[in-house]
Amino acid sequence: MKEETVQKPKLKLAVYWGAACGGCCVSVLDVHEKLLDVIAAADLVFWPIALDTKYKDVEAMPDKYIDVTLYNGAVRNSENEHIAKLLRKKSKVLVAYGSCAHLGGIPGLANFTTKEAIFKRVYETSESTVNPDKILPQTHFEVDEGILELPEFYNDVRSLNQVVDVDYYLPGCPPQSERLLEVFMLIATGATLPPPGSVVGASEKTQCDECKRVKTENKKVKRFYRPIDIKDDGVTCFLEQGVICMGPATRAGCGVRCIEGNAPCRGCYGPAEAVIDPGAKMLSAIATMIDSNDEKEIEKAVETIDDPAGTFYRFSLPASILRRALV
Amino acid sequence: MEFKPTIVAFLCNWCSYTGADLAGTSRMKYKPNIRVIRVMCSGRVDPTFVYKSFREGADGVLICGCHPGDCHYQEGNYKCLRRFKLMKKYITQMGIEPERLHLEWISASEGKQFAELVDSMTERIKELGPSQVKQVAETLAI
Ligand code: SF4
Ligand code: SF4
Ligand code: FES
Repeated sequence: MKEETVQKPKLKLAVYWGAACGGCCVSVLDVHEKLLDVIAAADLVFWPIALDTKYKDVEAMPDKYIDVTLYNGAVRNSENEHIAKLLRKKSKVLVAYGSCAHLGGIPGLANFTTKEAIFKRVYETSESTVNPDKILPQTHFEVDEGILELPEFYNDVRSLNQVVDVDYYLPGCPPQSERLLEVFMLIATGATLPPPGSVVGASEKTQCDECKRVKTENKKVKRFYRPIDIKDDGVTCFLEQGVICMGPATRAGCGVRCIEGNAPCRGCYGPAEAVIDPGAKMLSAIATMIDSNDEKEIEKAVETIDDPAGTFYRFSLPASILRRALV
Repeated sequence: MEFKPTIVAFLCNWCSYTGADLAGTSRMKYKPNIRVIRVMCSGRVDPTFVYKSFREGADGVLICGCHPGDCHYQEGNYKCLRRFKLMKKYITQMGIEPERLHLEWISASEGKQFAELVDSMTERIKELGPSQVKQVAETLAI
């Protein structure tokens, strides 16, 4: 039996989802039986996926009452924004947890289009929709009982640090649960934390540094392939086989888990240390590999890359330099 | 008010910048719309430089390097050409007119060609009108 350490008050922990798929919250549960260690060291004071705490309960907390908040999901509507600001006020340490909070993530791909186009597709033209009166969600609606409210859907998706100050970033889609545990245990044991603004739970290296596939220094290819168009030999670096792998521009920390599963890296751990724009780095690396000096041949090779914007910024469009498409 | 485009130009040190210098020392007249940034080689132009230029308000971006075969570092300009083609595809997806990004080879003796290039590019960008990138990025989600 462990001895009770009475002198150390339990940490207060909160987990919140903004524009998220739920995977990040599940990754917190994925610490499995270690959750008991977490609960031994911390009280979960707010966690919508698992607890019934209400927003008004959070509003009633004194400022900086929560020790650590893991905010997952992007900021895409007024509710996400309101709670991000509220939790910032109530928390000592705010962690952007997972790709969406970190860089905008998959929901951030909506920055290729507009709110108007999304509403049209979802509420008018999608095959399963019957909406002859073209009724769209309203933020306010009057009924006999009073006024009903819905959050306002924004035109643009933002990462968490584009809305509030963030102390740490824990990348991944979702983050590896082991990384979360390591970071949590650091905090719980009162170890000195890295300077605010740091990426935690990941490495300073790139995926390529950790990848065991056979690679040469000078990669050269005549054209690119989608993974389904080629038979992977299971041994050679994906890029050298002409399959786009985000390894060179992506931070290590996941344990190269996609590549170990014979799928190229898609970049969920975000840009490597000191890289401003993840896609720019990747674009540079990919273009340089094209094995030709002839303008026409180069154009042909570029044509074989179907969707450079979506591929190079799959998890990072809102955090990229251009932030959204002009539409 | 007349639209005065801003064009950020990355010129390689060994050929294109010298070419631009020649245009100057020969007192050739050309449009005052470019903001020249000297780089050692066109192969040094990281896509980040191009995106940042647009993000900070450039209406056009011009990259100039040595003619094929003449790059001081052997193949920097070929690397630049490959990146340029892929960047064009990317910025088109981002809703930026591809004509706003232009690549041209200018040698140290081509002062006249440089002056003409600046004039013609300025005209093209004038026709396109102001770039929206900066304004849109700065008013995001409001
Ligand atoms: S590009 Fe991908 S497959 Fe190749 S070494 Fe890097 S991580 Fe491994
Ligand atoms: S290999 Fe790449 S996409 Fe897969 S988990 Fe790791 S960082 Fe994410
Ligand atoms: S030095 Fe001029 S392009 Fe390389």
